[in-house]
Amino acid sequence: MSTIRTEKNLQNITTAHPDGIGGSPLRPDGILKVRGEFAYSSDMWHENMLWGMALRSPHAHARILSVDISEAVKHPGVEAVMTHEDIPGAKYYGLEIKDQPALAMGKIRYHGEAIAIVAADHPETARRALAKIKVEYEILPTITTEEQCLDPETYGYVHEPDEYKGHASGNVVHSQKLISGLGVTDEVRALADVVIKGDYVVGMQDQAFLGPESGLAVPAEDGGVDLYIATQWLHVDREQIAPVLGLPENKVRLTLAGVGGAFGGREDLSMQIHACLLAQRTGKPVKIVYSREESFFGHVHRHPAKLTYEHGATRDGKLVYCDARIVLDGGAYASASPAVVGNAASLGMGPYEVPNVNMLAVALYSNNPSCGAMRGFGAVQACFAYEAQMDKLAAELGMDPVELRQINAVEQGSIMPTGQEIDAPAPVADLLRRVKALPLPQELDTTHLDVRDIPGALSNTSHGEGIVRGVGYAVGIKNVGFSEGFDDYSTARVRLEVIGGEPVAMVHTAMAEVGQGGVTVHGQIARTELGVEQVTIHPANTEVGSAGSTSASRQTYMTGGAVKLACEAVRNELVALGRKRYGWDYNDLSLVGGKVVSASAGVLVPIADLLGDTAIDLTREHHHRPTVPFDKETGQGFGHVQYTFCAHRAVVDVDVELGLVKVVELAAAQDVGKALNPLSVVGQIQGGSTQGLGLAVMEEIVVKDGKVRNPSFTDYLIPTILDTPPMPVEVLELADEHAPYGLRGVGEAPTLSSTPAVVAAIRAATGLALNRVPVRPEHLTGTGE
Amino acid sequence: MRVTFTANGREVEADDVWEGESLLFMLRERLGLPGSKNACEQGECGSCTVYLDGAPVCSCLVAAGQVQDREVRTVEGLADPEGGLDEVQQAFVDAGAVQCGFCTPGLLVQSHDLLERNPQPSDNDIREALSGNLCRCTGYEKIMDAVRLASARKCSSSEVSQ
Repeated sequence: MSTIRTEKNLQNITTAHPDGIGGSPLRPDGILKVRGEFAYSSDMWHENMLWGMALRSPHAHARILSVDISEAVKHPGVEAVMTHEDIPGAKYYGLEIKDQPALAMGKIRYHGEAIAIVAADHPETARRALAKIKVEYEILPTITTEEQCLDPETYGYVHEPDEYKGHASGNVVHSQKLISGLGVTDEVRALADVVIKGDYVVGMQDQAFLGPESGLAVPAEDGGVDLYIATQWLHVDREQIAPVLGLPENKVRLTLAGVGGAFGGREDLSMQIHACLLAQRTGKPVKIVYSREESFFGHVHRHPAKLTYEHGATRDGKLVYCDARIVLDGGAYASASPAVVGNAASLGMGPYEVPNVNMLAVALYSNNPSCGAMRGFGAVQACFAYEAQMDKLAAELGMDPVELRQINAVEQGSIMPTGQEIDAPAPVADLLRRVKALPLPQELDTTHLDVRDIPGALSNTSHGEGIVRGVGYAVGIKNVGFSEGFDDYSTARVRLEVIGGEPVAMVHTAMAEVGQGGVTVHGQIARTELGVEQVTIHPANTEVGSAGSTSASRQTYMTGGAVKLACEAVRNELVALGRKRYGWDYNDLSLVGGKVVSASAGVLVPIADLLGDTAIDLTREHHHRPTVPFDKETGQGFGHVQYTFCAHRAVVDVDVELGLVKVVELAAAQDVGKALNPLSVVGQIQGGSTQGLGLAVMEEIVVKDGKVRNPSFTDYLIPTILDTPPMPVEVLELADEHAPYGLRGVGEAPTLSSTPAVVAAIRAATGLALNRVPVRPEHLTGTGE
Repeated sequence: MRVTFTANGREVEADDVWEGESLLFMLRERLGLPGSKNACEQGECGSCTVYLDGAPVCSCLVAAGQVQDREVRTVEGLADPEGGLDEVQQAFVDAGAVQCGFCTPGLLVQSHDLLERNPQPSDNDIREALSGNLCRCTGYEKIMDAVRLASARKCSSSEVSQ
């Protein structure tokens, strides 16, 4: 079925191919993955391959007095031992601020910082060689608390001020103020009938992707390096790697290896530079695979946060003002902290109309583990706090918490506290209505009890006594794409040619497929736009232009959009070929079922016949509409590309005696603009919701005096299938006219509201205040802090 | 040391195995069977699950030398010899239970074992059987769907063959 079209809107053709957009064709990599044949980065293998490994600091803050590698070098089977002295190029790298040494120089700033690297014939050889490296440390007092970070005169600097002029002030990585309306003054406060204050804490969450950091660096004959790597953004990896190797970018070629999840944890480099340095040094391929323990030290985490909120409202529930302060612990190196701060500040009021705002968000340098990108990116922490505030306010006013949210919800046309108008659908009130309207799960049947249904489950902790049910709601707002003036364009190359008598489209991008299903969507777009059955996805590499990062819920929007543009260009060239050859003057052409079709004259010619031996091979860039940086003092500016919204209803059972929680059901409603692949969309929402559930009740990297205490899946818990409930999902498709196909980024929004909804349900069950996540058993039983 | 055993029905031999190596490492790095995955290597995530003499085990917790003269079946050995997918494998693809796919091999072996023992598991049976397999992408809902689908297909095909 095709829509009526004219030459003018040939750009906007949509055809209903069952495996085109809107369908749910199966993943092109699915069969390989279930056969165990999909090559992940840790599966890479090469003849004469060496194993690389890093020596990491047991201290969080120390001066390195000496490093003696002499014994390690002599260890049989060792081919190279390197320290910062052996780095041929730049010593520092970083995503936004180049403040991180590739190997520690003089000072250790966090527990687990890499000091030296070894290449050897077996991982065990490498481990033994590392054990022979002698490092003398002068242990320094750690700078880990907010008080210590903000008083460098007393407690010192994580980075000496002269080292990073212009980037940091004191131990502040980045800060963002935001003032809207009248700000929050005494006069404004006087307008409110009710005032609600709260202090909230969000613990340090880990991405906990299952595929460990890993890759294979192969030295090339031209003096360059070929790196097979699991990452989120090939080109930004290369930008950071090449200077350290002392190589021009064109001699560092990256190919995406299979990626075992990412969730933000692969935005920063991990083992990339180390593997390349060792390959350069030894002239042999070098593979590095982190253990799970090393993985906890090898990537950044979600910023732990302290949030202080004060809301004022009228008696009938309308918000009057919000005064908020968000302090994010950025850890030892900047990573993505500046952008996380921008998100926390600009999205920190939530999806609500707040006429008067005073907000400060700040990220600090400390000797804690570095924090950066994780799904939700600054918006998660804020959502936990403002949603807790909404529940408190509703309780104070004696209102229904959903109704209170609906009264204040933004909608299309609302002005955000940044001054940016929401110029696309924003069905916040409707999303809440939808999750509320879903039937509630059955009450716990204690007469025919299955222990697997209750808190504690197989641990057989209870027979149903002491279990209380609660229901909670939350909603959140997330941006899509990179913000604040960043042009995170994407590139796609599409080639159309005849293979075996059939027209075949080849899509080539540098998009990192990390599991999200972008490769499926690219095939769908090509089928829809080019009317072909056969689409091949070229391996992602740096031979084609940048696709930007697989993060910020942006890849379907940005690289999907680039694939669409490239397909349209190919289609136009194909049609031009037909006009030239056959003298067509139709203005109603489309490509359907492998043929060029005129709406008035019917089938004109098979694409294969028109194309013959010609291959049409075109590359296009897709840029989203421009944004601007937020004003440093007021936070004002058209800073975000697109907003996205998700609401949750959580139902929990709490064993109030043991402090155990079972999430019984976690329902979500989300507006996705257009579901390009409904099966994947639901999968994203359920996956994101589950990570939010994890933050609510179990996930936290415990850090004491800068030292990570639980770097393992034994001690850092993520939800199992027994911890995860049924998750009904309602998907709305209200098109955003600014986006390709009207779509809205999906991946992150569900991670925001899931956490506060679960905690709201626990509060409803227990009556406890619960101002920190994760909620631990001792918080419920009153036996802990 | 040398280790000789049966992997997916074939007699295999691994040479120069260091005594501290796990079955997982030997499969992945010495025998060209990288399907079993190295997500935690401490027996917490289930990604490396294989059959050892017919029982599912975490291959990261089995020393390579322990499998001398024994039978190992990995995810690569679930499909039939002609290459046709096992019902569990097909169901994971069809139900959208595969995202990044790193947990998939372990979940497939564990689900395969569940359905061998209990062809019509309840939802709680599925959750209990798979509770040792971590997945970070899906939230498990599609994995539940996949096991239900595989169970339904297995039962209907066995009805047909009867």
